[in-house]
Amino acid sequence: MTAGAATGGGKAIPILVVVVAIVGIWYAATIWLNTPWQRDVYQREGRDWTVSDLVADTMAQERPVLPAPHQVAIEIWQTTVEKKVTSKRSLVYHAWITLSATLAGFAMGTVLGVVLAVAIVHNRATDRSVMPWVIASQTIPILAIAPMIIVVLNAVGLSGLLPKALISTYLSFFPVVVGMVKGLRAPEAIQRDLMRTYSATAAQVFWKLRWPHSMPYLFASMKVAVAISLVGAIVGELPTGAVSGLGARLLAGSYYGQTVQIWSALLTAAALAAVLVSLVGVANSYVLRRMGARP
Amino acid sequence: MIARGVSRLQTGLAAGIGLLGLLGIVLPVSDSDAVGLINAPLLALFAGLAVASLARFGVPLPVAADGALTALAGIALVSALAAVDRGASGFWCLTAAGWLTAWLFVERLTAVGRGGWIGVAVPVLFGVTLLVLWELLTRGMNVPQVLLPPPSAIGVRFAASIPILWADFQQTFLKAVLIGYALGSGSAFLVAIAIDRSPFLQRGLLPVGNLISALPIIGIAPIMVMWFGFDWPSKAAVVIVMTFFPMLVNTVAGLAEAGRMERDLMRTYAAGYWQTLVKLRLPAAAPFIFNALKINSTLALIGAIVAEFFGTPIVGMGFRISTEVGRMNVDMVWAEIAVAALAGSAFFGAVALIERAVTFWHPSNRQ
Repeated sequence: MTAGAATGGGKAIPILVVVVAIVGIWYAATIWLNTPWQRDVYQREGRDWTVSDLVADTMAQERPVLPAPHQVAIEIWQTTVEKKVTSKRSLVYHAWITLSATLAGFAMGTVLGVVLAVAIVHNRATDRSVMPWVIASQTIPILAIAPMIIVVLNAVGLSGLLPKALISTYLSFFPVVVGMVKGLRAPEAIQRDLMRTYSATAAQVFWKLRWPHSMPYLFASMKVAVAISLVGAIVGELPTGAVSGLGARLLAGSYYGQTVQIWSALLTAAALAAVLVSLVGVANSYVLRRMGARP
Repeated sequence: MIARGVSRLQTGLAAGIGLLGLLGIVLPVSDSDAVGLINAPLLALFAGLAVASLARFGVPLPVAADGALTALAGIALVSALAAVDRGASGFWCLTAAGWLTAWLFVERLTAVGRGGWIGVAVPVLFGVTLLVLWELLTRGMNVPQVLLPPPSAIGVRFAASIPILWADFQQTFLKAVLIGYALGSGSAFLVAIAIDRSPFLQRGLLPVGNLISALPIIGIAPIMVMWFGFDWPSKAAVVIVMTFFPMLVNTVAGLAEAGRMERDLMRTYAAGYWQTLVKLRLPAAAPFIFNALKINSTLALIGAIVAEFFGTPIVGMGFRISTEVGRMNVDMVWAEIAVAALAGSAFFGAVALIERAVTFWHPSNRQ
């Protein structure tokens, strides 16, 4: 009756129902939230209106409190397909700026996380002294101080992609460290003993036992890491004066009250996150299959 | 001639300390020619003892001796800064020697055992070492204040502006974070209980909830500011949305945790749905729920502070950070960061303590 049984049955229909319900609630909220302003407009113009007029007009405002889903969809279509990719008004251009910082930060964070995890697993002093600080480092709201780091790095002459990527690195190394430490320690004593009876060196134990064993953990952490990298890159774009990137679109939209623009940037970011996470998932199943895991 | 059980790493560290100490005596410590080791007697003492510690290759030194040497290194190096002003090669050799001393001390301490106080002392030592190195590097290399102020300057600024920091803390943490956290986690918990009886809704909501937890929800901050105004309610709204989905997903997963056997046992007792829920399934879900509460404790602080970048009244931690950066008062920004770090750690620690008290039966708490 709970998730155990739920995973067994088909998921497509329930998910579809939930998504349709969300869109339905969104439309209802659009009408409800936009009505006060629309009634003001009618009153000022002194014209009569029917309910169907009201419903149609609430979904066609220029700066609605909450834009209707189709307004956002049209805006996304206009700014992706109908604009040239190099144009500053193209969402593809802004998404690419954010994506490049995300991927750079994600790559650096993953490498840093794996290196730290290897050091932690192989050296007891590192384990005891570094591990508590790795955990403590995440209670510092780095996202909150990201703008300052960006501004300070800009003052030194570092600008563009790297500062944003560094924020993403800081955010994404943590899940990788925690997951990989767990993964590299996952081989059981009996398996390590077997390696010892083969008189395997530490390097051989690492490459033939610990590393393959840690792959599922690595991919699980990378899913979290790539999602959080994207958040880091977006927040990193906020303080640079709204030049480029999805974060800049959000900020510019909030300055000028362009709600449709905010929502289209938001949904693009959401789609980007979904694509990135599922790409890691695809890589995961490919690698596990190559390693001979049964599905 | 080294005692048994000494690793290659320790031998290397010990040799490095002696060598760097020797270099520190030979090379100039300061940029100005008028200043030498003579002007910093404590530093001279440390350099001498570092060289003398090479004697450990003949006679093993006790761990406590390394501890004393580490403490001396920290005090000597920091107090020498006043005389040295701008460090030269000798000073940096001694800094490196001090760092290796601390490292060797930690290595030996962890080899001794993992008794109660060692478990606390090792990470504390690591943190203090980082702070001392930060102080030495920023002041010894004359790094501009704007770039990275030394910890001592941050501490002075912190002490001097406690009223402002307290007002910001009240606005951001006590209002936006705590209220948003309670409402977000609480409502997600109630929704999870409500959909518990409908496998259909769970099958649909779980994947969608998992997807939404991976999304950059922080992006709704400008919308919330537009809807709820500049004051704390808009920040609390962001926190509510951010904390909702992790809690929902974890609670639903946790409620599925109780095993078939235990549930059958409850049925043989003729327990109703609510009795089973309260006496079996909620306690079994507690580790999952606390996991979400811990994740949310950091998410909430981040959400509230970032939301303040999109518009605030003239008080609040996010407001202070963004305006003081603009005025290049970086030490004030760091003081605010220290408040955020302390509040975040304390919040997380409090949740962890409650978790330990409530789920005392869980294997990870029993060892």
